[in-house]
Amino acid sequence: MHLANYLGYLHKAELHLAEAFRKVGEGHAAEADVYHTCNTLAKQCEAHAEMLGPFVDRYDEEKPTEPDRLYHELFDETRSGGLGLLRDMQDLYLMSHACDIAWTMIGQAAQGAGDKELLKVVDSCEGQTATQIKWLRTRMKQAAPQALLVAS
Amino acid sequence: MTDPIAQPWGTRTPFGRGGEWPVRVDQFLEEGLSEGDVDRWVQTASILHSNGDALDIAVKDGRMVGVRGRGVDRVNKGRLGPKDLFGWQANAAEDRLKQPLVRKGGELVEATWDKAMDLIVEKSKGLLEEKGPLAFGFYTSGQLFLEEYYTLSVIGKAGLGTPHMDGNTRLCTATAGAALKQTFGTDGQPGSYADIDHADAIVLYGHNVAETQAVLWMRMLDRLEGSNPPELVVVDPRPTLPAQRANVHLALNNGTNLALMNALLHELIENGWYDEEYVQAHTVGFEALKGAVADCTPEWAASICGVSAEDIRKTARIIGNAERLLSTALQGFYQSHQATAAACQINHLHLLRGMLGKPGCGVLQMNGQPTAQNTRETGADGDLPAFRNWDNVDHIQQLADLWNVDRMKIPHWGPPTHAMQIFRYAEQGSINFLWISATNPAVSLPELSRIREILSKEDLFVVVQDLFLTETARFADVVLPATTWGEKTGTFTNTDRTVHLSEAAVEPPGEAKHDLDIFLEYAKRMDFRDKDGAPLIKWEHPEEAFEAWKECTSGRPCDYTGLTYEKLRGGSGIQWPCNEEHPEGTERLYAEAIFNTQTEYCERYGTDLLTGAETSEMEHRAMNPDGRAIILPAAYTPPHEQPGGDFPLRYTTGRTIYHFHTRTKTARAPQLQNAAPDAWVEISPSDAETLGVGEGDVVRVESPRGAMEAKSRISGIREGVVFAPFHYGYFDQPGGDSPNGHPRAANELTITEWDPVSKQPLFKVGAVRVRKVAGSAGESAPAPTNTASAPASNSSMPETTGGVKA
Repeated sequence: MHLANYLGYLHKAELHLAEAFRKVGEGHAAEADVYHTCNTLAKQCEAHAEMLGPFVDRYDEEKPTEPDRLYHELFDETRSGGLGLLRDMQDLYLMSHACDIAWTMIGQAAQGAGDKELLKVVDSCEGQTATQIKWLRTRMKQAAPQALLVAS
Repeated sequence: MTDPIAQPWGTRTPFGRGGEWPVRVDQFLEEGLSEGDVDRWVQTASILHSNGDALDIAVKDGRMVGVRGRGVDRVNKGRLGPKDLFGWQANAAEDRLKQPLVRKGGELVEATWDKAMDLIVEKSKGLLEEKGPLAFGFYTSGQLFLEEYYTLSVIGKAGLGTPHMDGNTRLCTATAGAALKQTFGTDGQPGSYADIDHADAIVLYGHNVAETQAVLWMRMLDRLEGSNPPELVVVDPRPTLPAQRANVHLALNNGTNLALMNALLHELIENGWYDEEYVQAHTVGFEALKGAVADCTPEWAASICGVSAEDIRKTARIIGNAERLLSTALQGFYQSHQATAAACQINHLHLLRGMLGKPGCGVLQMNGQPTAQNTRETGADGDLPAFRNWDNVDHIQQLADLWNVDRMKIPHWGPPTHAMQIFRYAEQGSINFLWISATNPAVSLPELSRIREILSKEDLFVVVQDLFLTETARFADVVLPATTWGEKTGTFTNTDRTVHLSEAAVEPPGEAKHDLDIFLEYAKRMDFRDKDGAPLIKWEHPEEAFEAWKECTSGRPCDYTGLTYEKLRGGSGIQWPCNEEHPEGTERLYAEAIFNTQTEYCERYGTDLLTGAETSEMEHRAMNPDGRAIILPAAYTPPHEQPGGDFPLRYTTGRTIYHFHTRTKTARAPQLQNAAPDAWVEISPSDAETLGVGEGDVVRVESPRGAMEAKSRISGIREGVVFAPFHYGYFDQPGGDSPNGHPRAANELTITEWDPVSKQPLFKVGAVRVRKVAGSAGESAPAPTNTASAPASNSSMPETTGGVKA
């Protein structure tokens, strides 16, 4: 059964996303809203990982071997300035999408396995991940014209 | 008449539920004058608070010599508050700006209008060529007139094409607008002041009405002292006068509003105190709310808010059993974190009880400033005029047709740029031109040391248009002397949608120009054109601007098409919508419980209350509210900056009845200035004891951002909370524009953070520490003794009075 692998992947991806949100928040702390919202969302991702924990254990027969490639490819350190903010948020956007689709997959598997408890976790988390994506999109749309057209 | 400084609310004229509020005409004339000496009375309304008190200016020998309330007006029935009675004297202050100033060799020197406008236009044209419209920002006010805002809005949106426009209304009323859009689909106050006459329960959420709107409190006091008085609930950490009269006073910790709201909603649902039929027929989202507040018991909220669970239950019982419920909200909710989330829950209480659009059943999401409603309506705050939706292409096309410009000219790719973001772009150097009209960000924005740095930037060209050399004007490259209320003509709209005409009474001083004429002159010199090559702005006078605005509002919720200057002259102010269908205006919105949430009509598709993430048109269509109100719950989260460690106390800022904004006018009216001549800090008796601070001792209050020093008032404020009034800056201090070693502005300490939805800065949640730096020298704090800043215990300190001049 590969569900364990996928659970492990999402668990790790949520933790990496949390870390990335924190890094972007810190790296762009002068953008007060980015700083605070990123920290709020980092906590949300950590809570997701915590809720997944028991299921990782329950289904864990073999340790997941899949690395979270996105995090390692995208997140060494944050960039600076208006354009840097856009690029960093774009990376967060990709990472949160990886979580989003993983939630969908795990939701499907939970349906198939008839695991109501897991389904409950998916229900309460996947909406928040979707909102994270919406926020990134909103904030990037706001920042793009200024960063791409007039910022030095 | 009594001394209006000592007794700002005057004598009572009690009336019973459903009765007519009696007329009481208040008047003040210069010493030695009587009515017989007055040459003529000129119609206007107050612009020193948001109530919209109608009054006439007394003119003698071409000079203002006094004011009289208009008994015929629905808003105040003749009554005036202390700022109405005395504030007009500032017009004639000797230090009015009378000529433009331009910066030369680092100094501001007098210049001709021609020279000053040339400079502005030369800079604008160069920058437009070099960087385009996104390098321009406009920061306006809540004190100009509708005609001026609309003209500015068209210049910004269709002349230059910049989305970077906002007003200081961002600081006072943005949350009211955001909450109304979220729940009801568009901005627009559901209720009416007359709901006070009919209510059997009134709940004030973070709204010290006695000091923000003195005349509205008179109306409530008259109900409280008449037959069948309403029950009164007050949510406020300070012992305000309404709190002292309340059946329940919830003196909660600042920063915990949403926890309280969720517990109240929990109680209503738990006890079945809601109108199931109304909720079914007229709302979407109830089930989500039910789930979200299921665990929000009064005990849970009590532990967060620091009030008793029993008082929360008592409040819920009053709300749940009222037959005519009136709720009002202001800065205690709007300037806290989770501002829009908390304000929306007030709307939800009314939706659950089905109490909207009927006499006594109203929500008043208040405005802080006199003409803030017009800043919001016209789009001078960045929104699109007449509550149009920036994300709806048809709405943009309507404006493009109206203005005869290409749709692409009008910035509509995202939500408008809010004030804090405009200043951030200036800080980063991508905005290089900032035109500030009729406001004073060097005192009123958070974290002042940062704001001063931004305004001083070499690569930022600052234009300031004002009456006086304010703190902000001292940072300007060009200062334009403007006229004000009583010297110019126009209209403005108060919190409950009442439109008033304000006519010129006297000639302006020196070369001061009307704000409208300044904007028109800029448009002319910039040669803004429509797509057929005709001038973009097609009006020259206030009345023509008003007619153009009417056309813009046709078919929108704020429909002005039935109004004319002539109709507004002589009688009472009139509430919009006023059109063919409602020729005498409209007292209450949503009487039929059909809300403005149709996807094609609404002003906003919605926002996530935690993050501010925008809802898309598709998502809105899928939800299909179609005229039903939208219920959107939110979970309580603590403020980001919590008291503890080095900064153990909660910090909140606010106003006093005697001053407005940064005292630009009220400091120049002697009766008002003397009533509250200098800054102070309010501390609770137990905190004062711990800190070893006595009445009148000088204390230093520090936050991670900065510090202020002032005399301490030991007041009845909640333990653990420190209050400072935000009115006091440096224009009348040695520093001029900055502390110069003597910081006293409350905003030296406040945090650069804002509500994710309304973008309103957080002036009421922060952490500070306090220490004594000097003794009292036998003098008490300069704080009024007859308001929320009254001393906690009986003392021998002199009482606040107006003296002979009042």
